[in-house]
Amino acid sequence: MSTVTAVQAPAESAANEPRPVHKVTAARVLRSEWAKLWSLRSTWITLGLALLFVVAFGLISLWHYKSALHSGHRMDPDMVTATAADLALFGTNFGQLALGVLGVLVTAGEYSTGMIRSTLVAVPTRLPVLWAKTAVYGLIAFVVATVGVFAAFLFGHGIVAGTPAAISLSGAGVARSLLGGGLYLALVGVIGVALGALLRSVAGGISVLVATLMLVPGLAELLPTSWQNDINRYLPSNAGGSMYTVHHAAQTLSPGAGLAVFAGWTVLALAGAAYRLRNTDA
Amino acid sequence: MIEAHQLTKRYGEKTAVDRLDFTVRPGTVTGFLGPNGAGKSTTMRMIVGLDAPTGGSVTVNGRRYAGHSAPLQEVGALLEAKAIHPGRSAFNHLMAQAYTHGIPRRRVEEVIAMTGLQSVARKRAGAFSLGMGQRLGIAAALLGDPATIMLDEPVNGLDPEGVLWIRNLLTALADEGRTVFVSSHLMSEMALVADHLIVVGRGRLLADTTVDDLVRQAGGDTVKVVSADPAKLRELLSGAGVEISGRAGSETLEVTGLSARAIGTKAAAAGIAVYELTPRSVSLEQAFMELTRDAVEYHGSTAADDRTAVEDHGTAEKTGSAA
Repeated sequence: MSTVTAVQAPAESAANEPRPVHKVTAARVLRSEWAKLWSLRSTWITLGLALLFVVAFGLISLWHYKSALHSGHRMDPDMVTATAADLALFGTNFGQLALGVLGVLVTAGEYSTGMIRSTLVAVPTRLPVLWAKTAVYGLIAFVVATVGVFAAFLFGHGIVAGTPAAISLSGAGVARSLLGGGLYLALVGVIGVALGALLRSVAGGISVLVATLMLVPGLAELLPTSWQNDINRYLPSNAGGSMYTVHHAAQTLSPGAGLAVFAGWTVLALAGAAYRLRNTDA
Repeated sequence: MIEAHQLTKRYGEKTAVDRLDFTVRPGTVTGFLGPNGAGKSTTMRMIVGLDAPTGGSVTVNGRRYAGHSAPLQEVGALLEAKAIHPGRSAFNHLMAQAYTHGIPRRRVEEVIAMTGLQSVARKRAGAFSLGMGQRLGIAAALLGDPATIMLDEPVNGLDPEGVLWIRNLLTALADEGRTVFVSSHLMSEMALVADHLIVVGRGRLLADTTVDDLVRQAGGDTVKVVSADPAKLRELLSGAGVEISGRAGSETLEVTGLSARAIGTKAAAAGIAVYELTPRSVSLEQAFMELTRDAVEYHGSTAADDRTAVEDHGTAEKTGSAA
């Protein structure tokens, strides 16, 4: 680029006439975050992957159940009692990675690139940025995840027709558990947003997210048995899992309680993110 | 208008900005000058609220930056470090900034045209050259049509054309009555655009002055006299407001406070042969180095040699300060 641009003084907009005042509002910050999210290629790719994971692994799980049933092999204990909805929701395990990672990128990605400086210069009160990112990304993740789990169920429940797992969308708890799955994934995405803002590092955010969702439950099994039941069900992953199981087992939380506990974890992460955003230099 | 009162920033033991007091006024270009690590960028980050002061305060147009309801219309800032997502196009980056204030798309296209980015506006900003990146940063700074414009090291890494463009832009903005605050560690660059100078070193205010005053303060105009009888000449010239220095055994004297003409006349009257009579004004660069000598964060081991070299250079050139 070597064009010397004549400095066309922005004379017409300067000084003389009163300029229109454009104030920062919550709605405008939302609009900006919406535009920022969709103007990156990584958003499209990661959301596409999330959708693919949720649908594909749901369908694979249903096929797997059917073939295991026919071949007469011993099934995983939790698969024996599973319904078509539980099987279709198997993809959430993979979808949560994609949606959680994108959530981390939404915030930590701004720190790693330097974009955060532009963002906070435009919105120096800062917190509206976090709320807008949470709302925009939470909503998008919810829509993608819910579409994904419903699609997995609707395309896949025919696979297990005539087996003990067969159940229709109008079956008891099916629609609720599918919605719960969508909501769970959306909240994982929001936790990602919060962790990214809290840690300001893409690698750190993803590590903590994966550790929380996948490693902590394993570590909890090392605890004395008498503690396990009291602690385990309140862990983020288990409380979240309770949100979308069709029939909840005795030692797990009810879907409503699971939602409350998982939402509590989400709020905790957001509170930490808000504190750091508000109080430390960008 | 930017006003800093006892502005301080400490990072643990280290004080990056130390009780700065200054005012940046509209209608002129104010240069913010200091060696590397003097606290210029930190000060600018505090002005737009990216860093919180440890003590003191800084206001923009009478209010804390974050207290403005339309901050981009108050201050447009180009910070030193990149502040864009490389995956987003220049247009989308500016649009995202504009949305926060409800600034119309028309204005985004206007600043793209003003900064000459039309042909690359739809390309990913990550692929931009340094110069194009600076132009994008300036486009973002102009987006809100702000009354105050603050640029941190805007000419760093630019080619001569880019430098010229920035220079003209700054002057044009100041002529429109805006407050223009530009940092640099290059005195020579500042001399060409700035009317007023705020000089800092190690976080402290070293000078808040005009370009001319800075030169005058830093030793102003000295005259080098080489004569047959320096001892006698020294006696002859000494008086109120006159300063004379010279090494013993040397024929050379440095005289401040008298014009070359006056010295020559007096020497002739006393019959002292004068071999050389050279007025030398201190270059802006020298004045700056004089001022910041004790405040330079990282001295090179050859600093003394460099100084001599610069002085000789300054003498030969008879200073660029007037340009």
